[in-house]
Amino acid sequence: MKGTVSRLIRIFFSYGVRLVSLLLAVTVVTFALVSLSPVDPVQQYILGLGAAVSPEQRAEIEDYWGVNEPPAERYLGWLSQVLHGNLGESSLYRRPVADIIGERFRGSLALMLCAWVLSGVTGFVLGCVMGMYKDRLPDRILKKVCYIISSLPTFWLGLVFLLVFSVQLGWFPIGFSAPIGVLDSDVTVGQRIYHLLLPAFTLSLMSFANIALHTRQKLSDVLGSEYVLFARARGEGEWTILCRHGLRNILIPALTLQFASFAELFGGSVIAENVFSYPGLGSAAAAAGLNSDVPLLLGVTLFSALFVGVGNMIANLLYGVIDPHIREGER
Amino acid sequence: MEQTLLEIHDLSVSFRMYDRGFEQTDLQVIAGLSLTVYPGEIVAVAGSSGAGKSLLASAILGILPSNAAVKGQLLYKGRELTPALQKQLRGTEIALVPQSVEFLDPLMKVGAQAEGHSRTAGSADKRRELFRRFGLPDGTEKMYPFQLSGGMARRVLVSAALMTDAELIIADEPTPGMSLDQALEALKMFRELADEGKAVILITHDIDLAASFADRVAVFYEGTTVETVSASDFKAGTLSHPYSKALWRALPQNGFEYERK
Repeated sequence: MKGTVSRLIRIFFSYGVRLVSLLLAVTVVTFALVSLSPVDPVQQYILGLGAAVSPEQRAEIEDYWGVNEPPAERYLGWLSQVLHGNLGESSLYRRPVADIIGERFRGSLALMLCAWVLSGVTGFVLGCVMGMYKDRLPDRILKKVCYIISSLPTFWLGLVFLLVFSVQLGWFPIGFSAPIGVLDSDVTVGQRIYHLLLPAFTLSLMSFANIALHTRQKLSDVLGSEYVLFARARGEGEWTILCRHGLRNILIPALTLQFASFAELFGGSVIAENVFSYPGLGSAAAAAGLNSDVPLLLGVTLFSALFVGVGNMIANLLYGVIDPHIREGER
Repeated sequence: MEQTLLEIHDLSVSFRMYDRGFEQTDLQVIAGLSLTVYPGEIVAVAGSSGAGKSLLASAILGILPSNAAVKGQLLYKGRELTPALQKQLRGTEIALVPQSVEFLDPLMKVGAQAEGHSRTAGSADKRRELFRRFGLPDGTEKMYPFQLSGGMARRVLVSAALMTDAELIIADEPTPGMSLDQALEALKMFRELADEGKAVILITHDIDLAASFADRVAVFYEGTTVETVSASDFKAGTLSHPYSKALWRALPQNGFEYERK
């Protein structure tokens, strides 16, 4: 057990180094891309002021923001501020970027967590069914469903769901994370969940096919293995084989895949949040991009890199904790 | 006439294969095989590797892949061995000792695997006793298959078969990788089981082993048993089929001869 703890600390350290270097690389690339893009943060700032600005005043503002300094210096200045916890102020919302990210992330987290659990569980269960009935009718039908759903664009699917379930049937609200005209402090948990369901379902459809098809293949490999042949020779029934050998051998890759899908999840949330007007980090990212809100865009990019990086790190750590080949192989 | 435990008459196993495109060919792996096993004996099925001996075990247990076609008659204690009966007998009356560590679940501790899925209160004690007899050190039960040597894995597999009260044990190459002592212990236990009135089919490529420990030897060649002789005849070299004779003469102590075809 002591070995496990020291190994975990070592792994944490090595992943920590990797994560920090990843984030540094992301800051360099995003900063360079924004510098090269036609986006003009000064123009955006002036527009935000809502007042006429003379060319002299504009030059003063440019000097104040350091626009005319070399890019490397601007980058280092920005980076040192970021390291001090200051992500700047959003030119769109006129509030500190860190506050916006914190607030929006809470909404997104609920949405992504629901979608993540939903897609993981349904994907895994359907994958098990397909694997057990491989090449028979349930498998053939479910496989087609998976292919169809994974080839449909999420935004289109979201629109169709809105049209059918919210507009025509009226089962779900047409958007937002709370009822319109109710104070934020008065919104109940039930209402929040009610507003969350349709976007979460849409988002989950994006990745469940992936995990289902992967689980199907994995389970069919396991069922064709020699240890399952031996299990059959010992009189184990199909259900016993699934519980005793199947789940044990397919759960680790499925979990890993699910944690590694944080990137797609985040990308999908941008689309789902926009379709459902759901106030989350994804819609903030889209708004920042469309309105040339550079500080917010940089902040969201950095944060999403952190989010995805942590997801991948968890996937790798899980392997080490669950898989005995890695856990006990180092003894 | 004594009641037979297992009778195999004219057994054929073939696999349906798809060649290039949709051309379908049947690959015959066992053809016209006959074998009779009486309670209280060890019958060796001996022949070169890769000749389909392991498929014989699968055919008896009814666990061949779905693209396999089986023809012929199988009788267990005089009753026809239907798929339903095979299902009922697997792991209870007929036990298999498979070949290698590959037959153990890579993510399950070997103690639990040896004890099997139908564990009872006494299983752990019985398993401990078997592990001890085979010289598996304490703590082996907590290990995963990848931590075992080939010989240890085979001893675990033999223990798994001996956990059951099977009447018929089909041991597929059970001894390679074991030390001489361990192999002798395993064979001694097979002999004890046979003496209790059970039967063992020993599938092996090791002619020496077959002749030394079995009561009768069925020589397996090209998917069928070319002849079944008593072990004493085998040792004396009184064989009739040219393949058995060639096999016999190829042994080091019998001249190490071989004929080029």
